[in-house]
Amino acid sequence: MITKDEVEHVGWLARIEIDSADAEGYATKLNSVLEYFGQLDEVDTDGVAPTYHVADIMNVFRDDVVTDSLEQKDVLTNTDSEQDGYIKAPRIM
Amino acid sequence: MVYENPDGVMIGLEIHVQLNKLNTKMFCGCSTQYHNAGPNTHVCPVCLGLPGSLPVINKRAVEYAIRIGLALNCDIVEQTQFHRKNYYYPDLPKGFQTTQYDFPIASGGKVVIEGEDGEHVVRITRAHMEEDPGRLMHIGSIEKSKGTLIDYNRSGMGLIEIVSEPDMRSPKEARRFLDKLRNIMEYLDVFDSDLEGAMKVDANVSIMGGDRTEVKNISSHKGAERALLYEIMRQKNLLRRGGNVVMETRHFDEARGVTISMRTKEEEHDYRYFPEPDLVPMRVADWAPSIYEALPELPDAKRERFVSQYDMADMHAKALTSDIRVADFYELVAAVIDPRTAAAWVADVLKGELNYRDLNITSFTVDDIVEIIKLVVEGKITEKSGVQVIRTIMDEGGSPQDIVRQNGLLRVEDDIVTQAVSEVISENKDALSDYIAGKGKSLNYLVGQVMKKTNGRADARQAREMMLEAIDRINK
Ligand SMILES: [Zn+2]
Repeated sequence: MITKDEVEHVGWLARIEIDSADAEGYATKLNSVLEYFGQLDEVDTDGVAPTYHVADIMNVFRDDVVTDSLEQKDVLTNTDSEQDGYIKAPRIM
Repeated sequence: MVYENPDGVMIGLEIHVQLNKLNTKMFCGCSTQYHNAGPNTHVCPVCLGLPGSLPVINKRAVEYAIRIGLALNCDIVEQTQFHRKNYYYPDLPKGFQTTQYDFPIASGGKVVIEGEDGEHVVRITRAHMEEDPGRLMHIGSIEKSKGTLIDYNRSGMGLIEIVSEPDMRSPKEARRFLDKLRNIMEYLDVFDSDLEGAMKVDANVSIMGGDRTEVKNISSHKGAERALLYEIMRQKNLLRRGGNVVMETRHFDEARGVTISMRTKEEEHDYRYFPEPDLVPMRVADWAPSIYEALPELPDAKRERFVSQYDMADMHAKALTSDIRVADFYELVAAVIDPRTAAAWVADVLKGELNYRDLNITSFTVDDIVEIIKLVVEGKITEKSGVQVIRTIMDEGGSPQDIVRQNGLLRVEDDIVTQAVSEVISENKDALSDYIAGKGKSLNYLVGQVMKKTNGRADARQAREMMLEAIDRINK
């Protein structure tokens, strides 16, 4: 069961502010989703190797060859806060 | 002698080695040559974490990881894959770091270092592949910062994280381990330690009777030693006063030489590791044998070879092989100069003068040192002058010949001429008797022989006078 505190903690991990008044409602909704997926627990997986990837393929690589990067001005279109070619963020401690 | 380790110090290290000799980043084709470029010029949708972009693993990065694992005497895993380590920080544009979790590419190795009491084994827990985050810079001082500037050029650079067991018993051993590791990485030609951000270290440290702390933000080997000395002292003082060392993460403040507690709300399970769905698993263990075959000669093997091939003291072999560039430099010198003489000059003199100036071997040329050693060996300049020429080249530049001439370092001519005169006299008894018997022309012949012996470097009039004086002494 997901509690209201866990909802707030996960919100903090994602740096999303969650109004305390809303947290209870989110907990209820998340629990119903988890409960739905909980049906998978009923499947007997004894002797089945863990799956790391849904596609049954391995060893996909690229050669160590340089390709074009983006232009700085195009990179900076993704932010409305820049300075001297850098992306500017609020003060971080 | 056995090292007692009276405080029960246990140090384990986590070292991030940046694979900056690759052409491209870990999961995209952006060039790794961003060190002199403007910010955000070596980035693409993949390393910026833009929606819809798909990473693809750099094959050579995996080869490098296996090469490193084998050089550290590790086993290479049968099957592995990448995971996402989730945390939210502006240097990580995707909101997660692509790294390895339960199946690191290499594990269970060891490195032998010069310990407090002779050879000491440091066990390697694991080595895994991951990506570097971007670089953050504070505007102004950290306390009064008005904002943070982000450059994503470093984002997505290939890293190998090497984790050791807590086998080091002093800050000195930790530093030796780091030196050895850097040396091995350079022998493997997978990274250039001179580049910014090439190697970063976190340390776990505990003493008897306390929990361990983790010290982060160590960026140099000297810094590692200082951070550990401080942290061990702090823990000892704490225990002595009846306090407790609690498990925590501390930040090393390099400028002040202290460690500071960092409050972190994140715990291991908060990273919510899960397999990276955008990358498929790898089975690469069958690459290991051919990579192993192609491994270059590593520092310990080279050291042994130097001792046997060049007949040098182990101390010299150790000094010469502790940096691949010095070892290669030495072998070029030893090809033209007596190897033992070359070893003494390169290991003792040249390395000492370079270290003193915080320079590395690339700032000196093989030709110059060969020329200097030859001048000394041939008796044209003294050993002391040889050292002086080396220092002058480092401090002011110039060629050995010019420096010798400008500073009048050629061995006092008189000595050489005197030597030549007495040799000529003993080798030309007939001419000498002729002269004494009154054949004036024989003197010219004798002086000519002196000039010949000194390759014309003697002053002819002086040679003539010295010859006359010598004959006078014989004739008395
Ligand atoms: Zn990129």
